[in-house]
This record gives sequence, C-alpha cells and structure tokens, in this order.
Amino acid sequence: MTARISRWPGIELRAADLLEGKVTQTRFRPDAKYAWSAGEAMSRFLQELQNGRFIARTCHKCERILFPPRMFCEECFRPTDEWTFIQDTGTIETFSVSYLDTDAKRIVEPILVGVVSLDGASSKMGMMHYFGEMTKDEIRIGMRVKAEWKPPADRRGSVLDIRYFRPVREGER
Amino acid sequence: MRVGIIGIGMTAFRPSTPEYNWKELMFEAASRAYADAAIDPREDVDSFITCAEDYYEGFGIFDEFVPDQLGAALRPTCTVSGDGLQGLANAYMQIQTGLINVAVVEAHSKASDVLTLDGVIEHAFDPIWNKPLGAHPFVVAGLEADAYLRGTRTSPKALGAVVAKNRGNGLRNPLAAYGAAVDADQAMRSEERFAPLRALDISNPADGCVVLVLASDRAAKKLHSNPVWVRGIGWASDSPSLETRDWTGATYARIAADMAYRLAKVRRPATDIDFAEVDDRFSYKELQHLESLGLAKKGEAGTKVLRGDYDADGRFPVNVSGGSLGCGNVFEATGLHRAAEVALQLRGHAGVRQLDGVRVGVAQSWRFVPSTTGAVAVLGAGP
Repeated sequence: MTARISRWPGIELRAADLLEGKVTQTRFRPDAKYAWSAGEAMSRFLQELQNGRFIARTCHKCERILFPPRMFCEECFRPTDEWTFIQDTGTIETFSVSYLDTDAKRIVEPILVGVVSLDGASSKMGMMHYFGEMTKDEIRIGMRVKAEWKPPADRRGSVLDIRYFRPVREGER
Repeated sequence: MRVGIIGIGMTAFRPSTPEYNWKELMFEAASRAYADAAIDPREDVDSFITCAEDYYEGFGIFDEFVPDQLGAALRPTCTVSGDGLQGLANAYMQIQTGLINVAVVEAHSKASDVLTLDGVIEHAFDPIWNKPLGAHPFVVAGLEADAYLRGTRTSPKALGAVVAKNRGNGLRNPLAAYGAAVDADQAMRSEERFAPLRALDISNPADGCVVLVLASDRAAKKLHSNPVWVRGIGWASDSPSLETRDWTGATYARIAADMAYRLAKVRRPATDIDFAEVDDRFSYKELQHLESLGLAKKGEAGTKVLRGDYDADGRFPVNVSGGSLGCGNVFEATGLHRAAEVALQLRGHAGVRQLDGVRVGVAQSWRFVPSTTGAVAVLGAGP
C-alpha cells in the first residue's frame, strides 16, 4: 500500500483463489512442439562436438574463418568454401555475473556467463557459454580460457557437450 | 511511380527438407532470385522484408534471424507477420515512398519442423470464446465449405473437379510436391474429414521458400531488367469472429480485390484479367475466392470448373501452378508463390505449363484457418 492508502478498494486476490478455481479463468496449454532440422552446417558442427572439437567454414572471398560454421558468408553473400577445425581455447570478450538463475530465483553463488572469441576463428567469432573454475572476482575481459568438455560417453551433439570454459592452465597452449 | 518484379527465386516445394535448416532454404531461394535479377544484394538492394509467424517457426522474434541468409546483414530489414503477398504490398509501398529503389520480399515454410501443426494452428482460436470447445481448426473450413456449397447451390462434384485439376497441374510443375493424377471421383470418395470436406480436399503441408526482387521503374531500367509490373495491390481483414463472418463469400478477398483493381484500373476483372492463381488450401476456397474476386458470378465458379473453364487450356486458367493442392501448403509463402507463378507466366518463363498470350494475371492470398485476412495483387506484363 502507499502512505495515503492503507487498503485498495475491491477484493484482493490470493494465489490460492486462482488455484482453487474461485476466479473465472480460462486455461489452455498450447500443443506446440518442434523438431528443427539443424541443416548442413550446424549438423556437422554438432557432430564434431561429440568428437570434442570445433569446426568452422572458410570464405575465400573475405578470407574469414566463420564460426559457428555456415554454408553461406553473410558479408559476401556467397557459398562458403571449406571446413576447418579451430581451437577450443579463446579469450573472454564480455561476461556477466548473474545473481538470478533461469527461473529468476535469487542465488548466492552467481552464475558466470559470457562470450568467448575462439582461437583460429576470425575475430569476434566464438560462442556464448558458462564459465567455471574461477570466481566472480577473478573473471575479466581478455582472460584466456579453454573448453571443459564432458566425457566422450556423455556427449550428445549439443553445445552442452562443453560444461563450461575455464582458465587456461599453466603449460596449456 | 511504377513498381516491378525484377527477380524471382524459389526452392522446390517438398513434404520435408531434412538436409536444410530454414536459413539454408532461404539462402537457396534468395540466391536464385538475385541470379535471376542479376543483382548483388550487398550492393543493389535497399530494403529486405520477410514474412513469418513466430508460431510456425517455433522461436520468437523471427526477424532477428533473417539478415545473414538474405544478404541483408547491416541493412534495413523488417518482418511482416503475415502472408507473402502482404510483404509484397509493403515492398510496393516502400518503393512508392521514393526512399527505397530496390526491395526484396521473402516468405517460406519449414512446416516439417513443426511436430504439432494442428496444435499450432488451433492456437489461433480466440482463447476465451472458441478455444475451450477444443475443435480441430479445420472444422472452420468444413463450416465454411458447407455454407458456401449451400449458399451458392454449388455441386459437391465441383470440389472434386478442383482437386483433380490442381493435383494434375502439379504434375507439370517441377517445383510441386503433390502433383498426382487424381480424378474427381477419387477425390469425392476419399475419407471424410470435416464434412463436406474429404481428405483430398485439404492441401498437405510442404516446405519451401520464395524470394522476389522488386524495383522502381527507374531502378529496373538502371539494372537492365525486364520487369513484370505490380499494377495493383490490396489487402483486407474481415471480422475475425467465427460468429459474424459472411461464410458464403470471402469478404476479405472482395475488399482486397477492390483496392487492387482500383489501383490497376481494372473495371471488368472477368474480362480484363487473363488468368489467376488463388488460394486453394481447401478445394472450395478456389471457387469461393474466384467469386469474391469478381472473376465468376456467385454460384458460377463450380459450374465453370466442371465445364473445364479453369483448366490450363480452358477459357480462364486457374492455378496452373498446381495451387496449394498440387504444390503443397507452404503457409506464409503461399501468396508469394502465387505472385511468383503469375510473374513467370507473364514473362513467358513458365516452362511446359506456359499459357499463351497472357498479359494480366491476378494472385490472391488468404491467411489460412481460422483467419479472414487476404491480399490480392494484379500483375501485368511489360514494358
């Protein structure tokens, strides 16, 4: 309520009133299910994730290495040319420290998310993912990171085949 | 200012396209359209318009996903949540402003990605008023087909004739997904679905993409193209409620046609227009639309289709492409496909189904059940 109004006119609704059906309401659960074809480029990409590696496409006109791979170059508007593997290491371009989880629930240990530019791809090409094995105080833009893959048996051809990106360890490239 | 179609690109229509995602499908149609127009989209196009409904795509804000595969990255783009002909109307208007010289219109269907197509279509019902009834959305077509047949005293045999004609026409269109030699009796003996509609009265879903390139007459000249002119275009929506619509006629098509004919200075559509591509996603719709477009008198379309007037070699060819019954239901791409077909015919590029001496054609779209929205384009051969 406000300083001047201690009570709003009318009848206050409680969540229970809705759940108990005391309020006129219409419920409908849409039957909307999809199975998207990943297409030529993404299918190969997902397949290679199961092998624990990142694949890209090259464009011979603008000489870029496009990641994620696509069958066409959006700059040149032409079909791309070749498959090429890139590294699973890269640099944090941008990050955010999220104190809400996916249900918008407040969490104590924040989730670290961000975009990694991957080594071997053209600049500003990489992927968004979680970060792990670092704290919110350690994470920084420009930090060198590496993909932490799930064990081969657990990989499903999904971006979640990578658990997160973690700091590059000493001795690693 | 005149606006012309200077490029046409289409993929084949197919029941499913597992090897392509929607982006790759769009890239193919766009590449064909730009090759046809002999333009470079990164240099020559000022505006890109896509036509899509998020619910059909299965993800939100579809317009964010379109630039790359159209050559539209870092360029003006927008998405019309409607049929491709509505997108064509927007491109026409953009060019008329004088700000845009060359505009691209895209529409596609990746219906094979939708596992619960009926459920997605059902979601278009009014949530409070109709949805609780839980009827299959095609019941609306059954209701309308019944009202149409009674109201116009059209013989149900006419529906069989539409099915046989359009499925047969599909056999001569290499892009068609459902071309077949079906005779009228076969259609009329097919399984009952939404009486009076039977299984073969209903078009089957297909994937496919259509891209058109439009230009002002000055830009068309500069690009050395030989345009098909958009002589008139119109669109309209009837009341969406199931309880207040006309049912017998397609009011949206009549109003849209009035607008398009006014712009095109068409006074007697039945004689001024040589052929038509109209929405036939349910067989009766072809007949109802022809009457609402003033191309047949009320109650006459059925007689005419039975007489063979609408055959490819008849007096007034209708859906020589095969229509949606022959090509497949490509959802938001349906109207744009029809405009593309009319344009191909007017250019003399329709292959084995080329009509002789056609100068003016009409393309008409409808936004499928349960909508009462449609658009009409009158296209004319150059110069």
